[in-house]
Formats: sequence, C-alpha cells, structure tokens
Amino acid sequence: MNALEVSDLSFAYGPREALRQVSFSLAPGRFAALLGPNGAGKSTLIALLTRLYDLQRGDIRVGGCSLRDAARPALKQLGVVFQQRTLDLDLSVEQNLRYHAALHGLSRRQTGLRVDAELARQALTERRRERVRELNGGHRRRVEIARALLHEPRLLLLDEASVGLDPASRLALNQHIRSLCREQTISVLWTTHLLDEVQPSDDLLILHQGRLVASGQADALSLEHGGDLDSAFARLTTSTPSGAVSR
Amino acid sequence: MNAYWQCFSGIVLREWLRFVLQRTRFLSALVRPLLWLLVFAAGFRAALGIAIIEPYDTYIPYEVYIIPGLACMILLFNGMQGSLSMVYDREMGSMRVLLTSPLPRTFLLCSKLLATSLISLLQVYAFLAIAWLYGVQPPAMGLLLALPALLLVALMLSALGLLLSNAIRQLENFAGVMNFVIFPLFFLSSALYPLWKMRDSSEWLYWLCALNPFTHAVELVRFALYERFNLLALAVCAGLTLVFALLAVLTFNPQHAALRKSG
Repeated sequence: MNALEVSDLSFAYGPREALRQVSFSLAPGRFAALLGPNGAGKSTLIALLTRLYDLQRGDIRVGGCSLRDAARPALKQLGVVFQQRTLDLDLSVEQNLRYHAALHGLSRRQTGLRVDAELARQALTERRRERVRELNGGHRRRVEIARALLHEPRLLLLDEASVGLDPASRLALNQHIRSLCREQTISVLWTTHLLDEVQPSDDLLILHQGRLVASGQADALSLEHGGDLDSAFARLTTSTPSGAVSR
Repeated sequence: MNAYWQCFSGIVLREWLRFVLQRTRFLSALVRPLLWLLVFAAGFRAALGIAIIEPYDTYIPYEVYIIPGLACMILLFNGMQGSLSMVYDREMGSMRVLLTSPLPRTFLLCSKLLATSLISLLQVYAFLAIAWLYGVQPPAMGLLLALPALLLVALMLSALGLLLSNAIRQLENFAGVMNFVIFPLFFLSSALYPLWKMRDSSEWLYWLCALNPFTHAVELVRFALYERFNLLALAVCAGLTLVFALLAVLTFNPQHAALRKSG
C-alpha cells in the first residue's frame, strides 16, 4: 500500500486556481522531493495534506485512508515539519514534545517511552530540559523532527525544512532524514526550491503554476529534459504547462 | 475516550505553562482593571452615588460596584485577544500544530476555548485578591459561587471573539477589536454604572445596555459574588455561549483567511 496517494487534486481560491488535477503517489520508504518555483502551489498542497484546508476536488490518501472520509486514521499516520517555526519557545524541549503527544492522544506511559526514544535518536537527550529559545536553528529543527515522529507516522512531510539553516546544518538535516527513510521505512515528502537537496535516486515531483509538470525518478527526468537537474527544472518551469505530466 | 482526555489535558497544560512562563503578560493584563479600580473609581466615587440595588443590601461605595464589571473586563480582553490570535496566528504555527491532531476539529477548538478560559480565571482571581486587600471584600462563599459564573462568561466571550474573528474581515488587528467590539460592549453595559442611571439619561441607550450580552455577564457575576442567583442573566449567558460556540466552530475555516489574503 502506498504511503501517500494524491488523486486528481484541484483547489481554487475563489476564481484563482492554485492546483489543477494533481495526481501522484509515494511508495513506502521512498524519499520524494517536491520542487516548484514560488507560487507553484506547494503551500496549497501542504495546507491540503495537513488538513488546514478542506478538499475541494480530488482525494488524498495517507496509508490508504482518505482525508475526506477517514481523516482521523489518515492524520495518525502523518508527521509534519512546517516551514514556519511552530515550537513554543518558552517551553522546554520535553514540554513541547509532550504537548504534541497529548494532541495525538498518547497515554502517559507511551508518551514517556516515545519521547525518550525520539530524543535519543535526534541526539537531544541532554537538552530535554532546555528551553527551545536557547537552542540554535539546527537543533530546533531536530526537535520539530522528533515531534513529528513521536506518534510513529508512516509518512513524514517536511515543508521547506532547511530554510534558514546554514549550509552544514542543511546538509546534516538532509542526510539525517534520508537515514530515517532507510532505517525506519518511513516515506518522506520533502518540499524545497533548492535543487542541491535532491539526489539522483529520489522520486521527484515538479509543480509549476498549479500543475504537476513532471514526476519520476530524478536521474531519469534529468536525462529526459536536458541532461542535468538544473536545466531540466529550468525547462519544465519556464513554459506554460500543457497539462500532460512528463514521466 | 482516553485519547480525548489526554488531548484536552495537554492543551490545558500548555496554556498553564505559557501563563506561568510569561509573567509579564500576566502582570500587564492586571494593570488595566487595577487602574480602573484604583484611579478611575477613586475619582468617580464622589460623582456617582449608588442607591441600594440588588444584589447589595446597603449603600455601597463605587469601588464595590465596579468590581464585577472589571472582572468581566479581564475576561473580555482575554477572550477577544485569544480568539483573534486563533484566527490570525493560524498560519504562524501553533494553530497548525493543533489542527494536525487526528481528533475532531470541533473538539480541538472547544478544548482550546475552555483552556484559555480556565487560565483567564486565574487572572480574575488575582485581581479579586488585590481588590480584597484594597478593601473590596465580597463574602467568601460569593467568591466561590462566582467561579462557575466567571467560567461561563469567559467561555461566552471567547466563543464570541472566535465567531467575530471568523466573520469580520476588518477585525484583523486588535485596535479594530477595541474600537468596534470591546469598547461598545463594555461601555454599553452595567459594568460602570447601574442601568437605571443610564435610563435617566437616555431611554434608547438604556435599551441598548439592557440587550447587551455583556450586561448579563456582569450581572451574573455580580449576583453570584453576593450569593444571589440571577436566572435571566444565567439563561442569557448559557444560551448565548451555546449559540456563539456552535457558530464559531461551524464558521472556523482557515480557507476563508487565505481567501481574504489572496483577494
């Protein structure tokens, strides 16, 4: 069963169309990069995936559960790291994590075990009592990743998670997420506008003007559209989309 | 069921921790009613004599009269401020995190309203404690009886705030809320002057005050503080809390805020 299936998704802000007939799927344990210039529709797609906006047309299934008909089991399988900072700065690392565990209805015992495990995995055990305000940007991101993984989701969604990090932290974060993907068979949807965060073996989704203009393995798409990823991306996002998805 | 309880207690705990850790916010929320009590009321008491009216058994100084109104003022400010931030801070983070919970959105919003209302009560009782030291001393039992009344009023005002924030585009900032919601609700009520005084001045102003839900909120608290029961005020507050909460939850839709931005 696919970790994520988006089918025929369209969304409009009044008369302005933000997404048009977007369809793609993500297999278990895969790392998918969602690329697109500003205004391509990435934020709208994230808002729909995280239930901030209600679906208008089409469907989203997480682990086989539809956000339209079975939002509760679908959201249970979804972990999110938002682009904006969403931690309470005055609360400690552990307090932030416990709040999230409560939102997912985990029992106290489960919460204790899961918080310990995720803090250890993110190498944050020593800092659990520190206030988030005292952490640097890279560490805050790691707290957000620990939080997103607390309820053991099948799909991890990271929305421009590397924004604001220095190059070394950015690279470390990218590698860290890939190792999670391999070791935990968690599927990852990573939205970005930075091409150097994509590897040849990744699944690649390119949004442009609300349409999915390309989807497939990054190296194959590069080959098909100009030889390297930069020129493929430039070619696919400078023309007006015709509607056909390139695979 | 347990998941719901864990979720609700987690939301309350977070509000509590934020309250404890942001002491300056707490203190600044107390400054406003204390200024009214210590400065405005002191100056005004000479100008305004209060006749014997229910629920008081005797003539009372003006400071005693305005205590219930000022307690409700704390709830009014907190309710409006909290609800406004629920709507307009949604894109900023904490509401997005809340909404990724798998529990129903109605439950999450009601839990949030209840949690912020409970925390507001702490501020009200801190204010009542200072007023006690200042010499305004309602009966001890009255202070206890006022607790459910204050909680109901806090819920009603938070739900009203959320409903207004959902519905009215112009309320994007707190100045708009002050001018068009807080001031009219507060001044057109029995918080600062008994309604018969208002009637002496203007019949139609009196009726505006009598129909104002905030008047009923103040009277519910005033009667409870002096161990009396005001059925009309309770019925109005309970009924409106249900209506406001229902409409607020039904109209809470982040897409509307996005549409406003894009439009």
